[in-house]
This record gives sequence, C-alpha cells and structure tokens, in this order.
Amino acid sequence: MDKIIVENLSITYSDGVESLFDINLRIPIHQITALIGPSGGGKSTFLRVLNRLNDLADVTKTTGKVLIDGIDILDPTQDVIALRRKVGIVFSRPLPLPLSIYQNVSYGLELMGEKRKTVLDDAVERALRLAELWDEVKERLHDPANSISGGQQQRLCLARTLSLQPEIIMLDEPTSALDPVSTAKIETSLIELKKDFTVIIAPHNTQQAGRIADHVAFFLQGKLIEFSSAEDIFTRPKDVKTQDYISGKFG
Amino acid sequence: MKENQTRIFEKIITRTIQFSGYSSILFVLLILFFLLSEGTPALFDVPLSQLFSERWYPIEDYYGILPLILGSLVVTLGASLVAVPFGILTAVFIAEIAPKWLQEIMKPLVELLAGLPSVVLGFLGILVVSPFLRDTLNLPTGLTALTGSLLLGGIAIPTIVSISEDALNNVPESYRHGSLALGLTRWQTIWGVTVPAAKSGILMAVMLGVGRTIGETMTVMMVTGNAPVVPTTLQALFMPIRTMTATIASEMGEVATGSSHYHVLFFIGIVLFLFTLLVNVIASNISSRKLKRSERILS
Repeated sequence: MDKIIVENLSITYSDGVESLFDINLRIPIHQITALIGPSGGGKSTFLRVLNRLNDLADVTKTTGKVLIDGIDILDPTQDVIALRRKVGIVFSRPLPLPLSIYQNVSYGLELMGEKRKTVLDDAVERALRLAELWDEVKERLHDPANSISGGQQQRLCLARTLSLQPEIIMLDEPTSALDPVSTAKIETSLIELKKDFTVIIAPHNTQQAGRIADHVAFFLQGKLIEFSSAEDIFTRPKDVKTQDYISGKFG
Repeated sequence: MKENQTRIFEKIITRTIQFSGYSSILFVLLILFFLLSEGTPALFDVPLSQLFSERWYPIEDYYGILPLILGSLVVTLGASLVAVPFGILTAVFIAEIAPKWLQEIMKPLVELLAGLPSVVLGFLGILVVSPFLRDTLNLPTGLTALTGSLLLGGIAIPTIVSISEDALNNVPESYRHGSLALGLTRWQTIWGVTVPAAKSGILMAVMLGVGRTIGETMTVMMVTGNAPVVPTTLQALFMPIRTMTATIASEMGEVATGSSHYHVLFFIGIVLFLFTLLVNVIASNISSRKLKRSERILS
C-alpha cells in the first residue's frame, strides 16, 4: 500500500531557479524509502514539501499533487499544524531545544495540552526507547540537553519527533555529523521503527541507503531519475546516470 | 634612510593609537576622581542623618536627598513598567511576526527614535502628554511622576527593542524549524522556544534600557514638576516629583562653588553614578553569561 503519492510535483524558488521538476513517486507504507543523489539535487526540498516546512522558505510556485492517505496536503486549506504532527522530521544537525533531556521529548505533548505526569513520563520513556537512547540517559533525564554527545542529541531529536506519534518519519542526512557507533544505533532504531511508521530518509552517503533502505529514489538536479526497490537500484540500475552515481563515477 | 623613516612613522602611529585607547581610561578615572573629591566633603559638611532625611530645601540648609533618590526610583520603575513589556513585544513583532518588508522599515525607524533628543521629547511631554493627563485624570497639574514615567519609557523602548530584536535574530533558525516541525503553532514556538532562547539578550536589553532612564535628565526635568516630595503612597504617581538628575541640572548653575550645597550636589552625582554602575554591572554579567552559554552550545 502506498502511504504517499506524489504526482507531477514541481517547485520554483523565488530566485527563479526551479528546484524540483515534475516528480512522480509512490512511497510505500511501513518501509524505509531512501532518497539518494548528489547535494543540491532536491532531496531536502522534497522532504520539506511533505510536511510543508517549505512554507517558510522562499518558494513562489508549487504545482502538482502530494497525497498522504489520499488527501492532498498542498491544498491551502489543509491544517499545517496537524500535518506536521503526522509527518515528523529530523534534521541533519542535532539541535535539541535549550531545555532538559526530558523536556525536549515532553515539550510537544505538553504544548498540545497533555498535563498528566504519568502519561508524559510514559511517552518520554517510550520515545527514548524507540530512539535507542533510554539506557544512556535514564539516570539524568533532567540534565540540559546539550550536555550529552552529538550522537545522543541526534537520537534525542528522533525521540522528540517520535513522542508525538507521527505516522511518517523523515530524516534529512541524520547521521552526517555522527560517529559510526551513533550512526549504527540510529540505523538499528530505524529498522525497528518501520514496523509502525513509514520512514523516509535522505542519507548523506549511498552506503547507508544500501544498509537500511527497502526502496531507493535517485534525485539528480531536481529530477527523479529512477525509483525502485533497493536491490534493483544497487544491483541492476536501469538508468546509466544511476549506475554512474552508485559506482562512484560522480557524486 | 628610507627604512628609518618607515620605522619612525610606524612608531608615531602606534603611539597615537595607544594614546587614544588609554585616554578613555584616563578620562573615566579623572571624572571619578573629580566626582569623589568634590562630593565626599558633603559627608563632613552635612551630618549623615540629615543627608538622608526627607527634606530638600538647600536655601535653608536642609539637604535631605531621600526624596530625590526615591523620585528617581519611582520614575525609573514606572518607565520600566511601560517600556519593558512594550519593548519586548515590539521586538518580538519585528523579529518574528512582521513580514520582511515591514521589518526593514520598522527596525531603522525604531533606531531613529533612539536618536531623538530628549529635550524634544520633553517638549512633547509639556505640550501634549501633560495637558492630556491633567484633563483625563482630573489632576491639579499634569507635571507628575506618571508623565515622566511615560516619556522615559519612550526613551527606553528603542534601546530595548533594538537589542532584544538582535538577540531574537541570533536564535538559530533551526530552533524555530525544529519547533514548527513538531507541529507547534507559531505562538507556541515564539513563547516556548524563541524568546526563552534569547532570554539573556533580552534581559541585557532591559538593563541597558533601565540604565538609560536612570541617567536621563532633560525630559524628567521638564515634565515631572520638580517638587522634592517623598513618594509614599501610590497616589504619589499622580503628583509632582523630583529626580536626582533634574536637581543637579537645575541647581548646579547657581550654586556657590565650594559651599555645602555644591558638595551635596556632587554627592548626588556619586549616588547616581553608583546606581548606573550597578545596572551596568548586572547587564554585563548577563551578557558574559550569554557568551558562556553559547560557547557551550557550539562546543
């Protein structure tokens, strides 16, 4: 089943540069879909369309359709706040809010009106466990969030996103600034997460896509060159450009 | 030969720059010395119990500076009550809510306001604010502590807005994105994330704004009525008052050099100096703490 259906999506930034050209894509539910390609190819822009964070950027024109569960999210009457709760994102640089570890995770729920301490405690623990961080921070939940390491901070950001129980989790180069151990933990966590969530990741290197992705989309200069199962992309790519990129001829 | 010339030039230029740098320290020390040497004799001329009494009537040798200190405090407090909420909210509006074109108009406008001569503001106070207050609140005179507070608030607002706005702008964009991506509304993001993150900068803005109001002279002298009364009740807000700055400015010109009155005026200057010093020390403490925190975030 397809969670997200993208039809003829094009985006133009206000400086006139077209950033995405006529994208057609179907992202399956409960799988990990990886977006690969050189930087500047439109991966981040694509992710930011899915939860309308692009509303904050200088986008002048968006055409086409993006259906999530059959509903066109580009429709201006859509509730953006509800959409962003449903489609969470983790950014490439771990940026915890200037609060404690606990508060970083509970914050979103609290602002949504959840006041019961036990509910919050449970939600925080669950989110931290899902992000493979619980064991490392359970003794010091009330320390400031920037006292933990970068890798832990990134998992904290993942937990923060998970606390709101989104349906789709997007990660934009989540491990580009992390050490191999933290990277491995996040990857383990993601493979676990896909049982309950739909995961979209824009990894900073192709190998990561190879390790965890079920499906791979190859973006090049704003165009979707190829989209198929990870196995097909990595063993028998149809397009010569995909082949060149994967074999490392450019990138 | 030529090499020698260059070396001499180099030396002259270095010395000039050095002198300019040291001169500011020199001036501060000279002023401080002058203030102390002219002010401390007041302590010998006038007994302490009298100095801090409630009656300021120099012609008959009553040198109680208490009403002046309290007058300054009341006006400053009133001005902060006006300027702090208004200034911070304006800064939030400019930094977070206003569209870009409006931002670009408002920021320079606010900074222009900061350059408004205080005598012009006092003029405005005498002609507009004070008659308005007198008529609407049915007061015997419009020259009151409240009038002074309102106008001084106007003086502090540009400072508070400008520095708070800078602090808000320095909050990493990623905080906002992170918060919005969590599905929080704009208001929740501003109040829960952006403003707390800029807290130390905003506090510093407030302290600098307050510092400006304590030292402000011209406006308060023009609009507060200059009656040295000890403000005891809330009603005092609607009555004339006299500040330390206004007292020095209005009496220093006519006082006999070396008299007790003269020394007491300088002593008031010392008190004023201590007040502004205190505010500045608090402000710089806040700003240095901010540096440490941002260093910690970056590391």
